[in-house]
Amino acid sequence: MSERKIRVVVAKPGLDGHDRGAKVIARALRDAGSEVIYTGLRQTPEQIVDTVIQEDADAVGISILSGAHTFYFTKIIEMLKERDASDVIVFGGGVIPDNDIPGLLDAGAGAVFGPGTPTSACVKWLEEAVANKRAKE
Amino acid sequence: MENLLKKALNGDIRSIARIISLIENDTPSKDELLKRIYPLSGKAIVLGITGSPGAGKSTLTDKVIESFRRRDMKVAVIAIDPSSPFSGGAILADRIRMQRHTGDPGVYIRSMGTRGSLGGLSRGAKESLILLDACGYDVIIIETVGVGQSEVDIIKIADTVCVVLVPGMGDDIQIMKAGIMEIANVFAVNKADKPGVDRVAAEVRLMLDLVKDGEWTPPVHLTIAEDGTGIEELVNSFIAHSSFLKERPEGRRREWRRLAFEVEGVLLQKLTRLAEVQWNSYRTDEIMDLLLARKTNPYAVAEDVLQNIMPCDRADHRVTEEEDSSDVAANDG
Repeated sequence: MSERKIRVVVAKPGLDGHDRGAKVIARALRDAGSEVIYTGLRQTPEQIVDTVIQEDADAVGISILSGAHTFYFTKIIEMLKERDASDVIVFGGGVIPDNDIPGLLDAGAGAVFGPGTPTSACVKWLEEAVANKRAKE
Repeated sequence: MENLLKKALNGDIRSIARIISLIENDTPSKDELLKRIYPLSGKAIVLGITGSPGAGKSTLTDKVIESFRRRDMKVAVIAIDPSSPFSGGAILADRIRMQRHTGDPGVYIRSMGTRGSLGGLSRGAKESLILLDACGYDVIIIETVGVGQSEVDIIKIADTVCVVLVPGMGDDIQIMKAGIMEIANVFAVNKADKPGVDRVAAEVRLMLDLVKDGEWTPPVHLTIAEDGTGIEELVNSFIAHSSFLKERPEGRRREWRRLAFEVEGVLLQKLTRLAEVQWNSYRTDEIMDLLLARKTNPYAVAEDVLQNIMPCDRADHRVTEEEDSSDVAANDG
């Protein structure tokens, strides 16, 4: 049996057009051996969730700099539940005020990484989270 | 697995996606599953779209999906991007150009990494086709970058191969040496609004006159994928080629060849796995030290490992070698 790769969707919901952060994390994950499905800019939550389902992703990373993080995180997590895919790990980053993070975690986000987080921390966290998820399968 | 398969055959996308992962990961239960679904396959048009990076394959595929959807056909796409040879990871980004089709239940898009397979097309891709076909997709498009062997590999799985060319990528010798003349059933000369497009089309047509064999002459279409120019004609050619294969003896020959490749591919995969397992269990530090000191050689070691897999009488080999050398000697005389 060949090695099971981590499959992760990296998505940019909403209207902000800054995808540098998303690209940096996509590269870091690829360099750690993951398969990164990159959706491009200005995705709706529906598009992101459809992509996660079609690609059978273990996780979805959301990059938001527009300030609409609470809406998008909640919406995506809710839609994954509706689609019987609540096991998919949701994480993200971008410009997200510290005060908003507990709310996102309560809503079901696995982790939220702020600016300045080393990519290695994010990669390590995801690898552990996916290992835990698979252990439960 | 049983439940998953039942749901997949009823069109549940999550189950289809799950099974494709099982296939890609080469799960032990995979073979049984493939044996089960194989009889349900064989109905879909399998279309390969290949060409150099930047030729516009994904954008073209996006428009081709749209055209098939207008004809009320369900479409599945397997978009293949190269895996990194260093980390084994991959950035799979062909979807970007096709994201507008998410939400259409008649379109399924799956991204795959090549995962180190030599031909650029993983067995995962080949076997996922069977599932998507069995699940009722009318057209399955495999989009793959044509570098090295993969454009040749695609004829092993696709019924109809479309090679995408663009002006400004090199001269006719490039077209000739790439081996694409032999594999293309339909040509798309994309970015037809760029200068030099007529020359590329003329060169392809000229080359086709030289290599032409069989009853099908590959049509050459000028396309601008960005705005959809030429796409309807292109898709008409795909469908025409598909009907041609169904009606003519050439289709039967092609299918014959494809199936022979298929068996060979499965065999090779199994033998490779067997060889890996045997070598890993045979390998010791002593052997590695002997190799390092050049007291033995990779050929002798490989032969010993092979002996474990397929015991054969070595004396026979020696006799053959001697016969060979005596033949040579006789010829010299």
